Amino acid sequence: MVGAACALYAARSGLDVRVVDRGPVAGGTTGAGEGNLLVSDKEPGPELRLALLSARLWAELGDELGAAIEYEPKGGLVVASTPGVLAALRDFAAGQRTAGVTAEPVDADRLPELEPHLAPGMAGGVHYPQDAQVMPALAAARLLRASGARLHPGHTVTGVLRAADGTVYGVRTDRGDIHAPAVVNAAGTWGGDLAALAGVRLPVLPRRGFVLVTEPLPRTVRHKVYAADYVADVASDSAALRTSPVVEGTAAGPVLIGATRERVGFDRSLSLPAVRALAAGAIGLFPFLERVRALRTYAGFRPYLPDHLPAIGPDPRAPGLFHACGHEGAGIGLATGTGRLVAQALTGKTPELDPAPFRPERFDTDGGDAR
Amino acid sequence: MTERPRLAVVGAGPAGLAAALAAAERGVRVTLVDAAEQAGGQFYRQPAAALGARRPQALHHQWRTWERLRAGLDRHRAAGRILHLTDHHVWCVARDPAAGVFGVHALRGPAQEEGVVVRADAVLLATGGYERVLPFPGWTLPGVVTAGGAQAMLKGGLVLPGRTAVVAGTGPLLLPVAGGLAAAGARVAALAESAGPAALLRQAPALAAQPGKLAEGAGYAARLLRHGVRVLTRCTVVAAHGTDRLEAVTVAALDRDGSLRPGSYRRIRCDTLAVGHGMLPHTDLAETLGCSLSGTAVRVDDEQRTDVPGVWAAGEATGIGGAALALAEGHIAGRSAAARLRGTAPDPRRWAAAGRARTRLREFAAALDAVYAPPAGWAERLPDETVVCRCEEVTAGEVRGAVDPLGAGDLRTVKLLSRAGMGWCQGRMCAPAVAGLTGCPLTAGRRPLARPVPLGVLAALPDTDTGLPETGDDLAEAEVGRTAAEVGHPVADAGPPETD
Repeated sequence: MVGAACALYAARSGLDVRVVDRGPVAGGTTGAGEGNLLVSDKEPGPELRLALLSARLWAELGDELGAAIEYEPKGGLVVASTPGVLAALRDFAAGQRTAGVTAEPVDADRLPELEPHLAPGMAGGVHYPQDAQVMPALAAARLLRASGARLHPGHTVTGVLRAADGTVYGVRTDRGDIHAPAVVNAAGTWGGDLAALAGVRLPVLPRRGFVLVTEPLPRTVRHKVYAADYVADVASDSAALRTSPVVEGTAAGPVLIGATRERVGFDRSLSLPAVRALAAGAIGLFPFLERVRALRTYAGFRPYLPDHLPAIGPDPRAPGLFHACGHEGAGIGLATGTGRLVAQALTGKTPELDPAPFRPERFDTDGGDAR
Repeated sequence: MTERPRLAVVGAGPAGLAAALAAAERGVRVTLVDAAEQAGGQFYRQPAAALGARRPQALHHQWRTWERLRAGLDRHRAAGRILHLTDHHVWCVARDPAAGVFGVHALRGPAQEEGVVVRADAVLLATGGYERVLPFPGWTLPGVVTAGGAQAMLKGGLVLPGRTAVVAGTGPLLLPVAGGLAAAGARVAALAESAGPAALLRQAPALAAQPGKLAEGAGYAARLLRHGVRVLTRCTVVAAHGTDRLEAVTVAALDRDGSLRPGSYRRIRCDTLAVGHGMLPHTDLAETLGCSLSGTAVRVDDEQRTDVPGVWAAGEATGIGGAALALAEGHIAGRSAAARLRGTAPDPRRWAAAGRARTRLREFAAALDAVYAPPAGWAERLPDETVVCRCEEVTAGEVRGAVDPLGAGDLRTVKLLSRAGMGWCQGRMCAPAVAGLTGCPLTAGRRPLARPVPLGVLAALPDTDTGLPETGDDLAEAEVGRTAAEVGHPVADAGPPETD
């Protein structure tokens, strides 16, 4: 998804773009994502600024591509089960408002108006109209098509070509070299491996997320609904399972419940404790789901960096190399803003927001390019 | 270990029954878990007792083999060596590699809303196969059924699905289905088989090594002749017609290159079309356990072991080959599991006869597979507007669009971009058609949930890797999500175990 957005905005900046992927379109984490475009879960700071920019760009793409990418500006609803959690949530929302987020407190008695099937007894919530939804695989495929970029699916990058002076001039693939004055690393969870091919260090790690998908239902869940402890979970450094699922209805009918966040490496095998936690969390929010059937579950690997911010922009250690990866569970949502920033960096334009917090080389303590 | 080891056998068709009997005879406590109300699987499907069928054997071949299996099952159940759990629909088998313990998760009850888990030291997957049906215009009309579905109705319910039937597609199932329909009183207007008689002859050496099978085939053919059924070889269904339900089908002759011969189109009035294009193995449970596949089937060694310790597989799940092959494989798997569970290596010489039968029948299956290939060119002929994925109502045109212009190159991406295979059946029905339409290789889809599971059952799972309760080691089966009674394994003296 991030690569597709980079391709779109780079092409629209007048560049000739080629997209290389070892698999098919959306074959990595994109195809295992939920398509959450969230501002609600982000605290004031660089990620929220990127999310707000991205949300604006997604809305533009929604006007342009609309139903083809299943863009739905449905809004988010964060609920709190106790007065204590509610107070913390309201404080959090107040901070977000000063950063430009629309966050409307909702009293307990008004919750049923927004979500008629929500469990009774909630202390209250906050409504975030800027939260939205896309179908990630369709979005990636449609953005790539809209970009007009030439696609090279099924091409594995085996090396990054660097001149004697260190300048990057293309990539080597298992099916031949592709020359270009700029290479964008949008390899997601595998972005660290690609950086290593260029001889630079980018400590991207996988975090497993399971998603549960139910049978198709008439629209019964209207927003993206989740419990307030999710906000704390995103920044969690705990290796243990922490789940507070986002529950949402989709245009196609099924309810999506996700995602878990576990640090278990690249293990794709089914985790019954993970799906148990998802199901229990979802039923806690919407009791009617108890009798609804899960049709499938899938896992994806969210790429994260130690400070939980993505790496975006030029890499001074390898001139010509740009990074756009490490978005953790927010890669779909942050893709558009990332693509815009990368396109601006590629064409030497002033970036729309301060890119300093996303500097790819920020994890180097010695400043060198040794891995 | 003083306690005898416990083997869970999933599936009570020919392979599962043979395996359960072989293991139980050698001192293993077997829990036989099956979705049907009675043992037998699809091959030995029984009419519900309430229907009071007087001569169910009229619809069955190899009735004596079945009677032996059933007598063995009854004997071992009475002796407490086999616990037969009927109406248990397995949705997942979870493994704890460290403890060497498996949790077999099933749904039961009339609405399949009760979760139960079976504890086992080893698992034998005899999950069978399912039918491949390739789409054509009109295939979603009421009155169009799968060949296997028609057979199941005949064997299980003794209900005649219609009055005038056409049987079409390809594969060895079509003959008995047509014969069964005719014997049950339907008028079978035609049997349209897309394989040609010449192709059958080319496989003569392998077929000739199978006198039993040939006799079986000859028996079906004689039955068809007796009922005056027209058998059309190298012929395919072009379309099914009707407004509210099936009224007629158009069939046409296939040229050697797979194209339809002009002028050969013929319209046949009928109210039932039974159509099938062979079978595919059920591999969901094996895949989730991490077992390697070979093509679309579970890969096994000479002892029917998968590459996951403690997991065996037998029957159609390891490759489509029919009931006789399933019996041989199940027998070998059950003996191997019994020996391995006691910590000894089995002696293959003890199952030499079953081993020889397995070799012969696998060769036969490979020969059949070569004869009964889906008709060439069917995918190119399919009009864009024909629905391919019935659950999500995705048309052939939409499936093609996932490849061009959207750039999908494998089944998973086609699914993501077109929704084909995302519905109730999770692509079991449409995946072969989608593969054919898009030119993507047919790969087994990852389906960690082998069937739809109520969220309430998932939420009530014990918080362990296998989903087994922490306590209750001695129980063969525990309810999940209810605090009600737990079912213990019947305690009975099974006598001294027979050794290999």
